[in-house]
Amino acid sequence: MIDDDARVVITGIGVVAPGDPGTKAFWDLITSGRTATRAITLFDAEPFRSRVAAECDFDPAAEGLSPQEIRRMDRAGQFGVVCARQALADSGLDTGVVPPERVAVSVGSAVGCTMGLEEEYVVLSDGGRNWLVDPSYAVPHLYGYMVPSTLATEVAWASCAEGPVGLISTGCTAGLDAVGYACRLLWEGSADVVVAGATDAPISPITSACFDAIKATSPNNEDPGHASRPFDAERDGFVLGEGAAIMVLERRDAARRRGAQIYAEILGFASRSNAYHMTGLKPDGREMAEAITETLGQARLGPEDIDYINAHGSGTKQNDRHETAAFKRSLGGRAYEVPVSSIKSMIGHSLGAIGSIEVAACALALHHGVVPPTANLHNPDPECDLDYVPLTAREADLDVVLSVGSGFGGFQSAMLLGRAGRP
Amino acid sequence: MTAALVTGLGVAAPNGLGTEEYWSATLAGRTGIGRITRFDPERYPVRLAGEVPGFAAAEAIPGRLIPQTDHWTHLALAATDMALDDAGVDPAELPEYEMTVVTASSSGGTEFGQREIERLWDKGPGWVGAYQSIAWFYAATTGQVSIRHGMRGPCGVICAEQAGGLDAAAHAVRMLRSGARLAVTGGTDASLCPYGLVAQLATGALSTSDDPGRAYLPFDREASGYVPGEGGAMLVIEPDDVARARGVHGYGCLAGHGATFDPPPGSGREPGLRRAAEIALDRAGLAPRDVDVVFADALGVPARDREEARAIEALFGPRAVPVTAPKTMTGRLYAGGAALDMAAALLAMRDGVVPPTVGVTELADGCGLDLVREPREMPVRAALVLARGHGGFNSAVALTAVRRTQN
Repeated sequence: MIDDDARVVITGIGVVAPGDPGTKAFWDLITSGRTATRAITLFDAEPFRSRVAAECDFDPAAEGLSPQEIRRMDRAGQFGVVCARQALADSGLDTGVVPPERVAVSVGSAVGCTMGLEEEYVVLSDGGRNWLVDPSYAVPHLYGYMVPSTLATEVAWASCAEGPVGLISTGCTAGLDAVGYACRLLWEGSADVVVAGATDAPISPITSACFDAIKATSPNNEDPGHASRPFDAERDGFVLGEGAAIMVLERRDAARRRGAQIYAEILGFASRSNAYHMTGLKPDGREMAEAITETLGQARLGPEDIDYINAHGSGTKQNDRHETAAFKRSLGGRAYEVPVSSIKSMIGHSLGAIGSIEVAACALALHHGVVPPTANLHNPDPECDLDYVPLTAREADLDVVLSVGSGFGGFQSAMLLGRAGRP
Repeated sequence: MTAALVTGLGVAAPNGLGTEEYWSATLAGRTGIGRITRFDPERYPVRLAGEVPGFAAAEAIPGRLIPQTDHWTHLALAATDMALDDAGVDPAELPEYEMTVVTASSSGGTEFGQREIERLWDKGPGWVGAYQSIAWFYAATTGQVSIRHGMRGPCGVICAEQAGGLDAAAHAVRMLRSGARLAVTGGTDASLCPYGLVAQLATGALSTSDDPGRAYLPFDREASGYVPGEGGAMLVIEPDDVARARGVHGYGCLAGHGATFDPPPGSGREPGLRRAAEIALDRAGLAPRDVDVVFADALGVPARDREEARAIEALFGPRAVPVTAPKTMTGRLYAGGAALDMAAALLAMRDGVVPPTVGVTELADGCGLDLVREPREMPVRAALVLARGHGGFNSAVALTAVRRTQN
């Protein structure tokens, strides 16, 4: 249970998601039911099984990055820094006033700077020909691509943070886990402000090849705009996405004292591991259900209090069944009443980043009183028999929402968010 | 608040595979640094590294896991088995949701990744194997350890380059405080493949010496960078009341942790290492005078050595505390380095002896430390482990000896 004076709120949001960058563009997209999935343009995907992705129309210079920042950071770093600056500006926090040692950073990422790492490898190995790669072609910041902690370093510099800084890399739950980690730092008093979120830029040949090899991604190259079909009977895998969301987290009393705008409160966070398989899921959804039940306990709430579930909803056969089972297992009859949706239907699955993008979506849903839909859901899978908010957004009076994530390694995470101003 | 007791250690270090093998080599001053054998390093300016000797994955871990995971994870799986065995626990007998795994990784499955990227670019996407997706990413070790031992609690992966091992341990302690009864923590790394080495070269912090005895000399006048290594350590931690209830005394407690981040480059302000140490001691309820030994980060880069020496002196006073760096015998193990230093500090407590720093002959100006250069027999009741990570990370962990009840 969380002490009353340690309650954590979100006071700033920065998002770079597929489609146009920026929080507003993101919210407009995911409430419109339009999709940002398309044929891959970031590299020549012709030899790949899946040639679909949800790409960000991102111009780093237009987003305010300097020439040196653009050269130094790979795409994931650029997303992260742009979002961090947006979030801080949005929060109205004066970084000149908060002591830097009280500012922490928690960034999630599943695959770190793989894009930079792969691009440089191609040069150093001369197109994969030389195992003994040639160091004379190495860029000076090559090591920064090898260690994913670089992403946390860049966000820390952008945030004037000198408190605890870390990169959380629990695969596809990293974005939820990074925000959960940030909450712990605030709950235990290790920081007063945490700049928290996640970034990933995995639309690259090696990541595409990884998922091709296990047939995890959708091969629906004929109709890329409708390739991401969570909960639909014809779903055939997830669509790779990219992007970042970074948020400013503070304790509620401090945010109120400075008169900050509060998007939402984080009411609880929990995770479990299935210890079953690195990529496989048990159909019973037991560990995700356990995580959901624990977050409810932290918040002293019950299943009936949940007004919306932002699902993991990746669009793989096994995930959507697993998750549906987890909701039924943890929420009982309430699972059939509460609206559930997957924004991955519109912006794809950006691996570690998506968990934070979904937390941002939940905060905005609470803030605006709107439930984003599940796009492309025309033929519901009989095994997925909940209310998945097909096609069209709904206005709703939201008080408490749940966001869940599931990832390779067997990790399952759940976060409960509440409307600002809850008693 | 219950204390987090370390009840099991597992070590895979360049100067010893196995905890006692490592420890006896370390006390004897035996180095594990030598010429790289995993590939031909001739064309590279760095040819020395610390490789784990005699590690045969086929003997150490289940055969089916070998092709599914990178060498980095093989080492961690083997070290975890040792640590659980040392702790005398059978995970199958414990509540599944009350066991957690939190590891640090600096660079993931680098060698595995290089092989698969090479196949992709040389031959095409169809040549990339099915296990690339689970072997390369930074969560591979935590996931595999969790699966192998049925640990279904909240698991974690923390990356803070070479500081991550301490941050992971601190997070494991948080998990104990929120209800877990056992955590596996620590870290390993193994980036001794050509691309891994070349990426490390880019920092300019590696020593180009070919003399294993003189290549990595932190705080020495002739410090010229560091030697990379592979391996690390895994630790089993439990709440002390839980451990005591089953009659286990353990090695010592993870009593306090502090993490800070350096001011941006060029700010001219003091780096964050001293503050991290102060926070760790404060959380442990220790004063600087209570600390018997400091396990230094000891980067071996002159300016950074002076920086660390200044932080130690500012906290403890001039030459007021013994300082050691047994990593001079292993090279720097990235995410595994700080975990191994914690293991060394706990073994120092157990045996009442501080392990030496080898190779250093003459301290550099500005590094006026009481650097332990021969094993020093003395009671160790509290130790401070310092670690810094590339990019600005600082972490410190205070370890305290077990409070034994007198009969």
